[in-house]
Amino acid sequence: MKRKLEITELIFKIISYTLLTIFALACLYPFIYAVSASISGVEEVQYNRVVLFPKNVQFLAFSRMFKDNMFWNSYTNTLFITLYGTIWALFSSILAGYALSKKRLLFRKFFNFFLVFTMWFSAGIVPQYLNYLATRRIFNSVGIMDDKWLVVIAMGMAAMNIILLRNAFEGVPSEIEEAAIVDGATEMQVLTTVYIPMSKSTIATVSLFFAISRWNGYFWARQMISNNNEHPLQVFIRRQLEQFTDPDMMATWSQPYASDSVIYALIVCSIVPILVIYPFIQKYFAKGTNVGGVKE
Amino acid sequence: MKVRAADFLVYDNDKGVYVEDPEQIVRDDVEKHYWRHVILTIAKDWRLYLMLVPMLVVFLCWRYFPMYELLGCFKVSDTVLPVSEQLFSGFSYFKRLLFAGDSMSSEFWRALRNTFIISFYGLCFGFPMPIILALFFNEIRSNAARSVYQVLTYLPKFMSTVVMTSLVTMLVKQGSLTTGMGIINRFLTNVGLMDYEVANAGLLNNPAYFRTIYEVSGIWEGAGYDSIVFFSAIIAISPTSYEAAQIDGANKWAQMRYVVIPSILSTVVIMLITRIGGLLNVGYEKVLLLYNNNTYVTADVVSTFANRYGMTGQNPQPGIASAAEMMNNLIGMMLVIGANTIARKASNTSLY
Repeated sequence: MKRKLEITELIFKIISYTLLTIFALACLYPFIYAVSASISGVEEVQYNRVVLFPKNVQFLAFSRMFKDNMFWNSYTNTLFITLYGTIWALFSSILAGYALSKKRLLFRKFFNFFLVFTMWFSAGIVPQYLNYLATRRIFNSVGIMDDKWLVVIAMGMAAMNIILLRNAFEGVPSEIEEAAIVDGATEMQVLTTVYIPMSKSTIATVSLFFAISRWNGYFWARQMISNNNEHPLQVFIRRQLEQFTDPDMMATWSQPYASDSVIYALIVCSIVPILVIYPFIQKYFAKGTNVGGVKE
Repeated sequence: MKVRAADFLVYDNDKGVYVEDPEQIVRDDVEKHYWRHVILTIAKDWRLYLMLVPMLVVFLCWRYFPMYELLGCFKVSDTVLPVSEQLFSGFSYFKRLLFAGDSMSSEFWRALRNTFIISFYGLCFGFPMPIILALFFNEIRSNAARSVYQVLTYLPKFMSTVVMTSLVTMLVKQGSLTTGMGIINRFLTNVGLMDYEVANAGLLNNPAYFRTIYEVSGIWEGAGYDSIVFFSAIIAISPTSYEAAQIDGANKWAQMRYVVIPSILSTVVIMLITRIGGLLNVGYEKVLLLYNNNTYVTADVVSTFANRYGMTGQNPQPGIASAAEMMNNLIGMMLVIGANTIARKASNTSLY
């Protein structure tokens, strides 16, 4: 039986649809504009004739980007940092989360506090900066000249993610573990054959968080990586932006494409790979926020 | 209260006397040899403790050691001494920052005020938006249409801070001889909300617009994604609750008021605690990427102040910058713990 819509319900529906449509379009529009502006002709961009669709389509800004060695370098560096950073953070977080999920662990309360305290209080960027500088000196003195390793190893671990993993491992029924131990499994085998397969979706979520934080990392990468060739994509984008919005340099611009198009092309290039994998990771991304509600 | 022998001793039936409880003997023994017991347990179970080592190393070296270096803000003078000799020997940096009355001190006060204002605006405007959005999503009955709306609103979350701020910078940039002004400036000029000169000078160069740009871009970026958690709290409400309310004659507003809001309240409280905890943790990365010399008046926050004085320039002063951050972080920590305590008392919902 279909119920008649009440008047308040109707008003509410209309308001919802209108505002949601406006907000959704506002979310989408900048991307469409960025794509259009990156492939439009030089005068169309300079004199603001592009509003929604590209005009006088050309791909010179993109071809400039693709010919730039620094662009490919920075992309490779980002992939390097994302891959190794995620593997390292996931490896140490899974081990720590597993150990912390065990009731028999001595000083369990202390270790948990050790983690949670870093969520309450952080030293701030200046002491961190001094600390990273000192670590970089140590790394260099033992022969690790590539500063990317500092970004990979020192940054990216997060207390929150370890707690998510710990909670997931605590949810695994202990009977299965006991059965595995009776069958003669070692601690490591219990972890890899029982715990990891049984909390796959939390692990996927957490590794997604790690990957995103490494992919997006900008500030410390810029501060700590001294060699320009080792900079990741985010730092490259920012340096290009600073360069291309500098009025002195722009006064003598005489290319067949607008300077803005180069920046928009870069923005598009950095978003596209994420949009391509977005459908596959979306459900883990949405799940991640619901795992909250941490209890000590 | 009477003390009975059976509380400490157990009756041995064979011998007919009271003897010490064997379990108590073990307990006393454990207490006496506590550390031996600890070492033996760890040695027996060493694999489990080895698993903690990578995490401990990372957190000690790069989370806790900076906190030790933070103590450098209690230095007496600028002479370089090891941190251990500087411990608690003075509050000169704090005095300097708070009461000196010079330009650095007034900049610090300005940064502290800006930090509060920016995060307060975020709390007032940024926090309710995802909840409102979730309520709207709930109104859309068709699953397909809702997915489309949700995917579109999550979209900006997938950009990094750098890409997001680059896009914002380009959209509101100044006009010059070779390039026109940003599309948003042009829109505001065309609908008559802004003078041409103001728009042409670039919104990010104008201190009056910095906070607006910061908050609006924050909502644009995060509201859709943040609504997920509220939306899943709303769809968890049993349909029978709505039916019961309808039978009682509740219209849409009444259902909102008496069914939906009470059901998502605990989620809202948890998110609010998180939010208040991060109140003074204004994203320094985003401010650093958006501000410039012209907008320090409204944009400079404590971390960017510390960044300017402690990490850049000819003569960085990490001590004084650390002192600034120390104050900021201590207030922040008190806010987290305070908000958590209040929430626990008020609604039995707590985060930690």
